[in-house]
Amino acid sequence: MNIWDRLLALDRRWVFMGIALAVIIPIITGLTLPLGKPAPPTVAVYDYIEALQPGDVVMFAIDYGPSSMPELHPQALAMVRHALEKDLRVLSVSLNVQGTALANDVLQTVGDELGAVDGTDYVNLGFKVGGSAVILGIGEDILTVYPTTADGRRTRDLPAMYGVSNYGDIALVIDLAASNIPGAWIAFAKERYDQDIALGITAVMATDFYPYLQSNQIIGLVNGLKGAAEYEALVGLAGEDALGTLGMSAQSIAHLLIIVLVIVGNIAYFASGRHRARR
Amino acid sequence: MRLQIPLAITFLVGLFMAVQFFVPHEMFHGSLENVLAWVRIVGAFALVLGIGSLLRTHWDKIRRRRRDWPYSIVTILSFLAMCVIGIGFGHEPGTVFYWVFENIQVPLDATMFSLLAFFIASAAFRTFRARSTEATLLLVAAVVVMLGRVPSALIVMFGDTSVGQYLHANMPDVSEWIMNVPTVAGKRGIIFGVALGAIATALRVLLGIERSHLGGGGGGGR
Repeated sequence: MNIWDRLLALDRRWVFMGIALAVIIPIITGLTLPLGKPAPPTVAVYDYIEALQPGDVVMFAIDYGPSSMPELHPQALAMVRHALEKDLRVLSVSLNVQGTALANDVLQTVGDELGAVDGTDYVNLGFKVGGSAVILGIGEDILTVYPTTADGRRTRDLPAMYGVSNYGDIALVIDLAASNIPGAWIAFAKERYDQDIALGITAVMATDFYPYLQSNQIIGLVNGLKGAAEYEALVGLAGEDALGTLGMSAQSIAHLLIIVLVIVGNIAYFASGRHRARR
Repeated sequence: MRLQIPLAITFLVGLFMAVQFFVPHEMFHGSLENVLAWVRIVGAFALVLGIGSLLRTHWDKIRRRRRDWPYSIVTILSFLAMCVIGIGFGHEPGTVFYWVFENIQVPLDATMFSLLAFFIASAAFRTFRARSTEATLLLVAAVVVMLGRVPSALIVMFGDTSVGQYLHANMPDVSEWIMNVPTVAGKRGIIFGVALGAIATALRVLLGIERSHLGGGGGGGR
């Protein structure tokens, strides 16, 4: 067995070890690497929110669970921060049952830092079962779909909800999701009610939603951890608050390791003569 | 009648939803709100049915001592514990329910998903080979898109040299082009195919040709 064959038969636990170190070391050492210029779809979301007027309403659909938090939570934190800093009113809904608690975390974390008031500047409406029926229902009358907030307060009594009855009163819906739920928001909120929509999605989902970006069915798209880091840079977040930027260093090194593994694997494959054996 | 009535309901409700979508007349608004309220109510009952099915499946597994049955005990006990904690003591921030969610469910869920990174790295090393022209194109595109997602990796790779700086500045654009042009072209074709399939299936359901949603096994019609 020559060196190439031994390399191809490498115990996968060495690969696991390499990935673990590639993720852990940058996080422990606080390594930060230059981000580069932000992607146009991220800038489009930022510009749209930047152009809104104080008092305008932005609805965040927190449609992800804990498994997608590393990519989507930093996005949510940065975008909610941007909206509250602009004095926009922030509403939150969830079509994923676990999203309610995550929305609470985002709104409370950012709200406490900026001194925003729950019920006046932001409100978490919570989870409703029904998926597309909920999206359509908001287009008819949001107070019927959400008579109370996630913690049981009467929705119509809250200043954050004054004058909000359907999509006509909501400037932008931002759906943060790690599933095919954004497709339902586009099909029903955008196509039925002409609601402007932006997406925050995991990187593996990007190919699914780029077509909607080109056809202007979404106004912008924040894509994965890189999108989160770009948005953090746009709103001026840095240090420990910039979770996306911190995570990008670990992701960069891990991606680099995977690329090196693919290249080494291919060199070993051809050098060992296995490609001839296949033919 | 047991068959005709559900088929008639399916046809009439499906027809109503299709017509109201394309005819935004005031007349449909009130009716749509009622239909949507019904969908949410039925959805809530479906949740109860789902819970019943979950408990029955796991209870059956425990009773018959099927493979990995002890995990079913954990499932049922966890479910009951969360029900008691949530219904009995509330589920707002600061409650026990919320503490359990943040300190048990979130780390468990995140851990399960993060395992994927290890298996993807191992699989990429073992199977991602330039065996043919198509595989080579896929491999090159994947490497470019990956580097475009983490341009700072190029600085690590080439150092703070002019090559490193050039690639750092331009690789995201190349990655963005791959995502915007060839990927979108392929993806759009898939979307059209899926949409046509969905329309055909919807028509089969509305016309009563496809009856698997009525239960009782058997699947499709003609």
